[in-house]
Amino acid sequence: MRHRTRSFMRGGAVALVLALAATISIAGQTQSTAKPAAAKAAPASAAAAGKAYKAPRTPDGQPDLQGFWTNSTYVPLERPNNVTKEIYTPEEAEAAIKAAAAREAEQTEPGTTADVHYDFSQFGLDRSQSKFAMNLRTSLIVDPPDGKIPPVNAQGQKRAQERAAARKAAGGQYDAVENMPIGSRCIIMGGAGPPLMNAGYNANYQIVQSPGYVMILTEMIHDVRIIPLDNRSQPPSQVRQWVGLSRGRWEGDTLVVETTNFNGKNAFRGASENLKVTERFTRTADDTISYKFTVEDPMTWDRSWTADAPLVKTEGPIFEFACHETNYGIANILAGARADEKKAAEQKKGSN
Amino acid sequence: MRNHFLIGTTVAAIAGCLLLAITSATAQQSTAYRAPRTPDGKPNLNGIWQTMNTANWNIEPHPAAPSPVRELGAAGAVPAGLGVVDGGEIPYLPAARKKQQENYANRLKLDPEIKCYLPGVPRSTYQGMPFQIIQSTKHIMLIHEFAGAVRTVYMADQTEAPADSWMGWSNGRWEGETLVVDTKGFNDLSWFDRAGNFHSDALHVVERFTPRSAETINYEVTIEDPKVFSKPWKMSMPLYKHVERNAQILEFRCVEFVEDLLYGHLRKQPAK
Repeated sequence: MRHRTRSFMRGGAVALVLALAATISIAGQTQSTAKPAAAKAAPASAAAAGKAYKAPRTPDGQPDLQGFWTNSTYVPLERPNNVTKEIYTPEEAEAAIKAAAAREAEQTEPGTTADVHYDFSQFGLDRSQSKFAMNLRTSLIVDPPDGKIPPVNAQGQKRAQERAAARKAAGGQYDAVENMPIGSRCIIMGGAGPPLMNAGYNANYQIVQSPGYVMILTEMIHDVRIIPLDNRSQPPSQVRQWVGLSRGRWEGDTLVVETTNFNGKNAFRGASENLKVTERFTRTADDTISYKFTVEDPMTWDRSWTADAPLVKTEGPIFEFACHETNYGIANILAGARADEKKAAEQKKGSN
Repeated sequence: MRNHFLIGTTVAAIAGCLLLAITSATAQQSTAYRAPRTPDGKPNLNGIWQTMNTANWNIEPHPAAPSPVRELGAAGAVPAGLGVVDGGEIPYLPAARKKQQENYANRLKLDPEIKCYLPGVPRSTYQGMPFQIIQSTKHIMLIHEFAGAVRTVYMADQTEAPADSWMGWSNGRWEGETLVVDTKGFNDLSWFDRAGNFHSDALHVVERFTPRSAETINYEVTIEDPKVFSKPWKMSMPLYKHVERNAQILEFRCVEFVEDLLYGHLRKQPAK
């Protein structure tokens, strides 16, 4: 699929969205949509139409969240500045998706410097090429009601300035590997969370449950979170991780996961290492998990904020993403920067 | 005299039979262990497991040796090991043994572990860090602390490997008490240990996980790779369960630990 031309894929996806949009009737409800099977969206709409959905159970009696899921979506985290309503009409949603898809389909001019770039639509499965969660919301953020991340408080602003100053002091982005973005370095995708944030392409997850545990595998950089459900205490504050440390529990049919102990090196939206993320997973249809998360960090925001970013069932399997092992890009970029410097130095010498 | 001889032989034969019976009873005892069941009725392999041997230094028998990195002194020295290969020696083809020796000589430059690369199979099992088994009906996850390496063992929806990879493509089945994991689709880049033991992309690994007590598993591996070995061979070792109540797999995201090693030479030098 990834080798087909972009224009074909985009055209197909947009046409499909338009076809499916006609079936969307309830504002704010979640539906799945995808190229292969319009019929697959049916269970979701039946469930969302108000019938009480009872999630299937794992053999040990947990609500069953297992399978392959995606949170790919055209809905932005924050409400666009020119939008005031919370929920689009289906027609408005179509238009927003079409506009976003068109922006992503824009091609650079062959033979130009701008054309030399990593093409996510060819080397990854971007939104137009994969299943995505249909959502009539104008922003994933549902609280505060304006759909925006709350203003950063004084402490948060001070930290942002300090971080910016530290980055500046470290030199140019291509001076050393440590100055480059962590996603390019294959450590973890920038802003990957928790919470689950779609990476823009290949936003796929696999959930597997065993008695006492829920495991979430993120395709991007094969990130695994193992969530114990046994009410164990939080580890000591010295143990800090890129993805924090998660503890889960079932509240009725909802899996509630609290994550703390972040190391602050992949600061989620500028948060401090005292960030606490609370996620709520509820299977609301055979092909949908309602996924809501609340972000708290008094050192960054004076109030918490919450987003609603449903997961929709997708097809597996997930293949190994060995990112670091073949990271030729990082060596080539650094080598290119050194070659440029050498060339500039020689030119300077020559002109003297 | 003749009778005595006969009696002697009979006694010896009976004694022999008895011994055989005792031996097989012992063997039977260990194979007859019946593991607790998961709610779907399969032997329960859930847990955090780790090996307790020196296989990651060298899967073949080896004496103690100094650290390959001078500065690490005794802390980095190699502990002796009896080896985990059945029969002691790996049946390399002659050219392959030579390559292994070259790998060993250049191990500080070549060992994928040093570069934080995905460890491959079965090295991921005995690399020294714990791994967790998350066992469900359709998928069994093997999640390793080292580099966050992860494998999905497909118990259902089995397919051929879509492409070659570091950790391979694993399909599993139950044979009585034993989880049998059949893995193919490897690239030729991972090693078996720090001694340069290696394989090609024709590698085929069959692992057998057999519970032998509540807190141990017999782990047996058959390695097949006609490009590198003259015949299939086996290794075996026990896996031990972490019984600490708060045991958990922690993050060992080692990429950032090796960046200076891998890319330090590309760092911008201060202007002269």
